[in-house]
Amino acid sequence: MASLLFAGKRFGVSSNFQTLCTIGGAGRLSDYFKIDWRERKWNLAFVLGSIFGGALSGYVMRPDVHVDLAESTVAKMKEWGVENPGEGLAPAEIFGPEAWSDPWALLVLLAGGFLVGFGTRYADGCTSGHAISGLCSLQLPSLIAVVGFFIGGLLVTQFVMPYLF
Amino acid sequence: MVFGVALTQGEVVSWYRITEMFQFDSFHMYGVIGSAVVVGALFLQIAKVKNWHSAAGKPFDVFRYEGNWKRYLIGGTIFGMGWAVTGACPGPMFILAGAGVWPILVAILGGILGTLAYAAVRKHLPH
Repeated sequence: MASLLFAGKRFGVSSNFQTLCTIGGAGRLSDYFKIDWRERKWNLAFVLGSIFGGALSGYVMRPDVHVDLAESTVAKMKEWGVENPGEGLAPAEIFGPEAWSDPWALLVLLAGGFLVGFGTRYADGCTSGHAISGLCSLQLPSLIAVVGFFIGGLLVTQFVMPYLF
Repeated sequence: MVFGVALTQGEVVSWYRITEMFQFDSFHMYGVIGSAVVVGALFLQIAKVKNWHSAAGKPFDVFRYEGNWKRYLIGGTIFGMGWAVTGACPGPMFILAGAGVWPILVAILGGILGTLAYAAVRKHLPH
């Protein structure tokens, strides 16, 4: 965040969804996409860097990940039907290569992504914009948004997770 | 790039960690986000006192959020649901794509569709 601020830019990732749509020509569909995406190239560069960073981390530094979870979480996940909680970065049932041939997994990913895209644009920020940038600068709307993140996350964890696997 | 490496090594991009956070079973995520906020807030306060400026000579420019609470609460709740399902917010989605978790590309596609849908209906939503 500090490095983007020193460069005179703002730190926030989810606006890149809007930027990507604009580059893809969505300006014809809605005024919402009539923005000058060149002004946002810093955040796009940030995303590009994130991809490389993920690759470096995932392939080179730590190829075999095992996440050391709280025991109560592991027990709950097994109850939901996750076969190996903590293996890899995410459950293979939905995020592994076999997901490509599993329409249910693809639907879950698409629906989850849709909620993220819609929600972050409606709330005008995600974890980086609201929880980090917004809370750092002591802004009330960001605190409200973060409360919303948790309402949504808790609802899903309590009522939807048991049916995902 | 530092962001990508740090978030992967810190397991912040892990679906498991996000789910654990929403179960309140571990301090892990709260520690990472909390310390980012504290360090960031300190940084901004020091910047204010010392009158630091960006390279272009302007004061630091963070997002200024204004207006009605509705969009933040409702939009935030919708995002929270998606965050729990995919176990990834927008930053980690791209990091995971880089780390070779290819199915996350479907979630990114979903994110783009969600953005298009928001653009289509935003005039009818409370803001």
